[in-house]
Amino acid sequence: MTPAPAEDGRAAQVDAAVSAAHADSWARVVAAAARASGGNLTQAEDAASEAFLQALQTWGSRGVPRDPAAWLIRTAHRKVVDQQRREATLRRKLPVLATTDAAPREDAVDIDALTALDDRLRLVFTCCHPALAMQSRVALTLRLVGGLTTAEIAAGMLVSDAALAARITRAKRKIETAKIPYRVPPESELVDRLDGVLTVIHLISTTGHTAPAGGALRRSDLADRALDLSAMLAVLLPDEPEVLGLLALLELTEARAPARVDAEGAPVLLSDQDRARWDADRIAAGLQWLDRARQRLGPDRAAGRFLLQAGIAAAHADADTFADTDWSAIVALYDRLLERWPSPVVALNRAVAIAFRDGPSLGLAAIDEVAGDARLARYHYVPAARADLLRRLGRRAAARQEYRRALALVDNDAERRFLQRRLDSLADDVGDTPVTGSHQP
Amino acid sequence: MTQYMFLIYGDEAAFGDEPPTPEMWQEMMQAHLVFQEGVNSNGGRVLGGEALAPTTAATTVRPSREGDALVTDGPFAETKEALGGYYLVEAEDLDRALAFAKTVPTTGCVEVRPVVPTAPDQ
Repeated sequence: MTPAPAEDGRAAQVDAAVSAAHADSWARVVAAAARASGGNLTQAEDAASEAFLQALQTWGSRGVPRDPAAWLIRTAHRKVVDQQRREATLRRKLPVLATTDAAPREDAVDIDALTALDDRLRLVFTCCHPALAMQSRVALTLRLVGGLTTAEIAAGMLVSDAALAARITRAKRKIETAKIPYRVPPESELVDRLDGVLTVIHLISTTGHTAPAGGALRRSDLADRALDLSAMLAVLLPDEPEVLGLLALLELTEARAPARVDAEGAPVLLSDQDRARWDADRIAAGLQWLDRARQRLGPDRAAGRFLLQAGIAAAHADADTFADTDWSAIVALYDRLLERWPSPVVALNRAVAIAFRDGPSLGLAAIDEVAGDARLARYHYVPAARADLLRRLGRRAAARQEYRRALALVDNDAERRFLQRRLDSLADDVGDTPVTGSHQP
Repeated sequence: MTQYMFLIYGDEAAFGDEPPTPEMWQEMMQAHLVFQEGVNSNGGRVLGGEALAPTTAATTVRPSREGDALVTDGPFAETKEALGGYYLVEAEDLDRALAFAKTVPTTGCVEVRPVVPTAPDQ
């Protein structure tokens, strides 16, 4: 029997309401359940999942509640309390008493008593605890705070579902056994620990924007969720410059996403992007966040690495054409960034900015200065950047050699296609200056 | 409260072949006393701890295929950094335990492991 159209419509309505509540309130429900369970994240996750499942049934028969989030939080809370009662009873080795499975009354529990503003913060700080492996932090944050399913996360991180599920289970077990506290770190540790949280969100975003391997360049699930997480942090910690700086950076990065790939999915270099396709609203939002972040700087609060990166992204967003880019300002920002964050990748990006400011020859010299770093040995952007500068200098044979080096190191298919196309465009040329050993048969 | 084992790993070669002079030894003991007082006066408790003789004095007993134990000279694993001592510390949670671990007077590493509670009342 097919359901009557009216019933069909109602089911669709309930589905939509549950999906909306999930997108909106998942982290709040998990956080409230975690509070009720005394920081037991396994119990909290189960209770939250069950609450959403029950919503599908109950809202279908009784209608969608006025405040879906409150209903879900009460339900998840009751499930934790029931579970703990059952466990306590088992521990006392007494027969299990009947537990009520009826839906909670709307006014049964005061919603304010179940949640606190910092609950989601506790959840984030616990998921991003430095005692967990970085990959586990990413997975836990996406699952418990971001509400992605393990299958979605596994697809995003290019691991099997089973491996991802095992990683999350191990991480939760470590939190319990090692007693990683469920709390926001004290003021004295906040800046350090916050950097760890922002690093996880930034990593989720960069994984989403340039997938380290696989077919597509961008995985929107991860990029979108990183933006959501970053926006949530900006609500919870509205006075931390780095929090606002990260949000500005992610908005500005996302704004360029439509122009970053061509019709075939290959990446388009910043110099060749159609700037009309940049999202003007997102750029405006990003610049606003950047402004707010800068207002919160002071003599004892210098710009951190996310704010500085947002500044660089803003300098690009500000330029109407690639030729208008203020490379001096960008090199200056990289100088400051390198001071705060002495990473070889930052040094490489600075060298590329120098190439645009002072010309490809000086750019090549700047790259040579940093390319010796062992941490860059397998980083395909080094030969790719050299290749591009050599191409601009007309040293085609040398450029070809660098493109081949980059191709040997790259794992992302879209980037591989791009590099191959560049190499092909140089292929039938005799070459400028003969470079020994570079001639392909 | 949870009990954590602090396993202190260091480079034995750093001490050289000579045993430490009484002055060096006393200095180290003093530093460890300061550590213990720091833990005890900051909400934790040092339940135990000892320094171990170097791995040149170690003997390892491992199962053999024939069933009886095989006795070999040396530590369980030959590594540059060897277990040199331990503390058993009681702390509220991992954050506190890690804060204490950072104050162990050593140039090496401190591995922090929760102890599995086996006492009947835990």
